[in-house]
Amino acid sequence: MTVLRRLGTLLLAPALAVLIAVAISAAVMALLGVDPLQVLSVMVDLGDTPSQQITAVVAILNRALPLFLAGLAVAIGFRMSLFNIGVEGQYRMATIMAAAVGAAVTLPGPLHVLLIIVVAMAVGAIWAGIVAVLKVTRGVSEVISSIMLNFIALGLASYLLTGPFRGSPEGASTVSTAQIPESGRLGGLNGIFDVLGLANPPRQLYGFLLVAVLVGIVVWVLLQRTRFGFDLRATGLSPSAASASGVDARRMVVKAMLLSGAVAGLIGLPDLLGRTYDYNTDFTSGLGFLGIAVALLGRNNPGGIALAAILYAFLDRASVPLQAASLPSSVVTIIQGTIVLAVVVANEIAGRITRRAAERASRQSSGPPPDDSMTTRRVPGVVSEGTP
Amino acid sequence: MTESTPLAVELRGITKRFPGVVANSDIELRVARGEVHAIVGENGAGKSTLMKTLYGMHRPDEGQILVDGREVHLRSPNDAIAAGIGMVHQHFMLADNFTVLENIVLGSEPTKGGRLDRAAARRRITEISDSYSLGLQPDVLVEDLGVGDRQRVEIAKVLYRGARILILDEPTAVLVPQEVDELFGNLAELKREGLTVIFISHKLDEVRKVADSITVIRRGTTVGTADPATTTARQLAEMMVGAELPTPATRDSTVREAPVLRISHLTVPGGVGSRAVVDDVSMTVREGEVVGIAGVEGNGQSELIDAVLGLRLPAAGTVLLGEEEITDWSTRRRRERGVGFIPEDRHRQGMLLDAPLWENRILGHQTRPPAVKGAFIDRKAARTDTSRIMREYDVRAPGPNTPAVALSGGNQQKLIVGREMSASPRVLLAAHPTRGVDVGAQSVIWELLKDARAEGLGILLVSADLEELIGLSDTLHVMLRGKLVATVDPRQVTPEVLGGYMTGGHETSPAGVA
Repeated sequence: MTVLRRLGTLLLAPALAVLIAVAISAAVMALLGVDPLQVLSVMVDLGDTPSQQITAVVAILNRALPLFLAGLAVAIGFRMSLFNIGVEGQYRMATIMAAAVGAAVTLPGPLHVLLIIVVAMAVGAIWAGIVAVLKVTRGVSEVISSIMLNFIALGLASYLLTGPFRGSPEGASTVSTAQIPESGRLGGLNGIFDVLGLANPPRQLYGFLLVAVLVGIVVWVLLQRTRFGFDLRATGLSPSAASASGVDARRMVVKAMLLSGAVAGLIGLPDLLGRTYDYNTDFTSGLGFLGIAVALLGRNNPGGIALAAILYAFLDRASVPLQAASLPSSVVTIIQGTIVLAVVVANEIAGRITRRAAERASRQSSGPPPDDSMTTRRVPGVVSEGTP
Repeated sequence: MTESTPLAVELRGITKRFPGVVANSDIELRVARGEVHAIVGENGAGKSTLMKTLYGMHRPDEGQILVDGREVHLRSPNDAIAAGIGMVHQHFMLADNFTVLENIVLGSEPTKGGRLDRAAARRRITEISDSYSLGLQPDVLVEDLGVGDRQRVEIAKVLYRGARILILDEPTAVLVPQEVDELFGNLAELKREGLTVIFISHKLDEVRKVADSITVIRRGTTVGTADPATTTARQLAEMMVGAELPTPATRDSTVREAPVLRISHLTVPGGVGSRAVVDDVSMTVREGEVVGIAGVEGNGQSELIDAVLGLRLPAAGTVLLGEEEITDWSTRRRRERGVGFIPEDRHRQGMLLDAPLWENRILGHQTRPPAVKGAFIDRKAARTDTSRIMREYDVRAPGPNTPAVALSGGNQQKLIVGREMSASPRVLLAAHPTRGVDVGAQSVIWELLKDARAEGLGILLVSADLEELIGLSDTLHVMLRGKLVATVDPRQVTPEVLGGYMTGGHETSPAGVA
């Protein structure tokens, strides 16, 4: 019961935000003369045959993977009140370096993949580390420096792509790095559809899903269960109280940014290792910024971020069928945008509600001194997770 | 000031409660028209809460506010302004890149055809400036003004909105002596024009110079009024501190030989170009000894505590914990080795308000059992131990999962004291341990400190409550402008003598000085 209630209050804000966003989007559609119900039915229609439906699900999951990693990277920063807007630049740099290194070496299977992952994480961490160093040594706001570094990263990536790392022939329509050989690629997980007795779709479910799940669990344990995570969250809640408790705030900034950057480095890998095998001019962009929205919607909690990423991926997938039905696909963007606005408002409202409930409960109990039975009693909606 | 003319402001039985902060209870205030009325009290006594109530920034839970004899309900500062009440904040709220004129009219601009009517604004401002001798230059940029001029702009801003009653919150805190004199000249002008001034301060000499009558606040309630002509600063100080409080006195010395904390020639630099905030301070705290630091706030006490805790780097000097030199240690290492800490501002340094109590139990003890198992947090043990602290230290809350913000100030403080004591520290840095807590929690905390002292804990105590300092301390130092200027025997010293040292009044050593 109490667990359900806690879960209920946790989900209250995001659910409210999604509802508000859908309502606003519906109003906008109605204003534009588009039937909101028709749009909605197209969006939830995954296909006619089981094969089509599974394909759609795979497409959603494949899209959700990088979004989940991006949300996770942003959330690590958020947890200690660091606004890492530089995730975009961090994953671009990481991906192109990983693609170049992956294409340049030949190693036995798992080692090759591992090397690519390590390179990506290291490059992401270094790129984020610049922000951290600037912040702790010169007091530069991480917001400013990480935005600046995004531009530098984009410029640098295109220079590397057209210059030293160019692997595509002259005159090709897309410029790309050299292809990563077979040993550096991650196979799909479509085997599980056969095991489950479902139709095997033509599209491959990225094998990186396993890595992402593992990263999600590790990050959750690290933040929620370890001393390091406690220090990090304490710094986010109150830097002054954290340093009085013995946390070295500057070192914490560096550690959190490195961790955030390392996770950001993974964002491009599902596509790189599972589909494109090279970094090219058409490589998925904007994931870093979407990550901010996903982290907000998921309340900086890995589980919530996973749900938020799937929701965003679901909305993204809908744009193609919407176009096919000659409906404006920008509806998707409107919903995604209003979710972000609504979630900020809803988080604040939900926070106030839970806080007020807790204050009421504590006033009521101020009469008799506490006794043993208190240890098993729980206050509804006590959320230990910080919100940015 | 006869009974027939209604009072400018009258507060009857104002009570304001909110969790985590000292409340106002049963405030009685009578301010006659055309007088300068001072409200004095220690920091944290509830002056600001009261003034916020009067300025409509929050609504009282009980009581009445009467302005010019009529009851008013102030829901926002706008209501207060409409009722003729204006507030000059301690921290100026001016836009630096605007001119004096623009700053004054900001928010209530006279317009002509939708545009700012500068001519009309200038007329009004010149009028105000002349009639109250404020000497304003409307076209000067605020960033080019000195502190005294800025304050006059703030006053003009309030007058421009038609205020007849001005609240000045610690107006002299930011001024140098000459500017203070100028301000008092301005206040006399305001008074002559029939305006009422409510003047908040804790500087007793100034209050006696400028005020026509005085109301004293202590622990959230008004304890009396005084006539500045017949009351001495000492008598006022006694009213502020109070004589009938539960006594913190400890008379049997438990001081042992072994020193637990030795500070020698410690110097902490101030900001660039300013003098040292802690200047060549040396002292020793022994086992079972309470060493008190008296001083007007802002004379380096906080910085001294920060330096001992490792939050500030000293420029010179050493700190020894027992026999080990800890000057270069990190804060964490110091805390692990037995430095306990009760911060002066528990919300800033002592608690994670949005986190549950059990996480607050861990704070500051992240590397020690029972909260931690290896690299992991032991949530179960932390919760159990939080329940134990709540039981043993009488922290009243629903349970360990309650967020800290939901607790009253006294309960938060008891949790902090319990948490620090549970780690059996060797030395405890206690800064204002009973600030902003109710009388019940205060005596509990005093008992806890006395018990710990008897068991051999060394305590470095900083407090603004002179009774507390005199009652608890075995040795008492006075800190002024970063230096230890006197060491007195708490068994013989009186608050008046102590107050003299704190303000630099005494330079010679009378009887009672060790």
